[in-house]
Amino acid sequence: MNTVEQTTDEILNLAAAHFKVPRADLQASDDFYKKLGIDSLQALELLSRLENHFGVELPDYEIQGVSDFRTLATRIQARL
Amino acid sequence: MNNYNGKTISWKAAGGVVEVALDRAPANEIGLAVLDDLERFAAALPELEANASALILYSKQSAGFSAGADLRELYALVQQTDAASAAKGVREFLERIHAVLNRLDTSPLTTIAAVHGVCFGGGFELALTCDLIVADKMARFCFPELRLGLIPGFGGIPRLKRDIGNAVVRDLLLTGRSINATKALAVGLASQVAAEGEALRLARATAAQVTKFDRATAAAAKRFIKPLPVEELRREIDIFCQLFTQPAVMQGLRKFVEDAGAHPYLP
Repeated sequence: MNTVEQTTDEILNLAAAHFKVPRADLQASDDFYKKLGIDSLQALELLSRLENHFGVELPDYEIQGVSDFRTLATRIQARL
Repeated sequence: MNNYNGKTISWKAAGGVVEVALDRAPANEIGLAVLDDLERFAAALPELEANASALILYSKQSAGFSAGADLRELYALVQQTDAASAAKGVREFLERIHAVLNRLDTSPLTTIAAVHGVCFGGGFELALTCDLIVADKMARFCFPELRLGLIPGFGGIPRLKRDIGNAVVRDLLLTGRSINATKALAVGLASQVAAEGEALRLARATAAQVTKFDRATAAAAKRFIKPLPVEELRREIDIFCQLFTQPAVMQGLRKFVEDAGAHPYLP
């Protein structure tokens, strides 16, 4: 099973690849809305990509108020 | 009228298949302009149905199938009038959209929604009128209405309850969460999941299959298996109109309209 660090790393790789941001520019503590420059619809797209990638369901209310990659990873980790 | 290019909707018919495209930026929000075009489409349906077996409903907007009712338009209209007139206007809108969606629901054609991206609220309800849903793997389905102090108003709950288990309906309705295409397939909401960007192609392949069957037989099968939940649809309008007069609704609409942040679509 992944550690939170590994899950965070996978999220960062996925986000960098899809939203075309250099991977080196992304940190676990970054606000992904600001760093990726995404709106609410794109956040839903990110949610779908994460669910598909990790094979989990992540209800929207689980990420309500979550904006950094590491916390997002802990939410996913709890469902792996 | 085999071909039509409206402000928000277009359609074309060829080879026994009618393709209807939703195309109103940014995300096919359903307001008066879309309703006008949907009514034009409903009026054209008898002629289209005479020479077709299948119908595909899809979106040309990259954001998705539809984000649902146009809440900004609704809020603006409500602000311009008194409470009684607003309630009357909402009921009239619901009666009109129900008439169109019921007509689509009961069309003798085999109807297929090709869904990508957001399929929320009224957009979800529009997709639910179709016999089959082909979902792009990035599609998301959601009933966020409780966040506004409302229930879905375009017939979504009776139609969804007709199609899948009540426990799933309660989950979607009472939590307001969105589900992805994989989940939609697992609960029986979607009939197929397509790779990213492939939903329309799969819908076309399905429509081509449908055209091989006798049209009258397919129509009879559909009438037998897909009754319109008339009573529940009527009750839904009444409940929606009762709830619409609650102060929480205006607060919810205002919050949505004035939210300049990144979260307005997240329930």
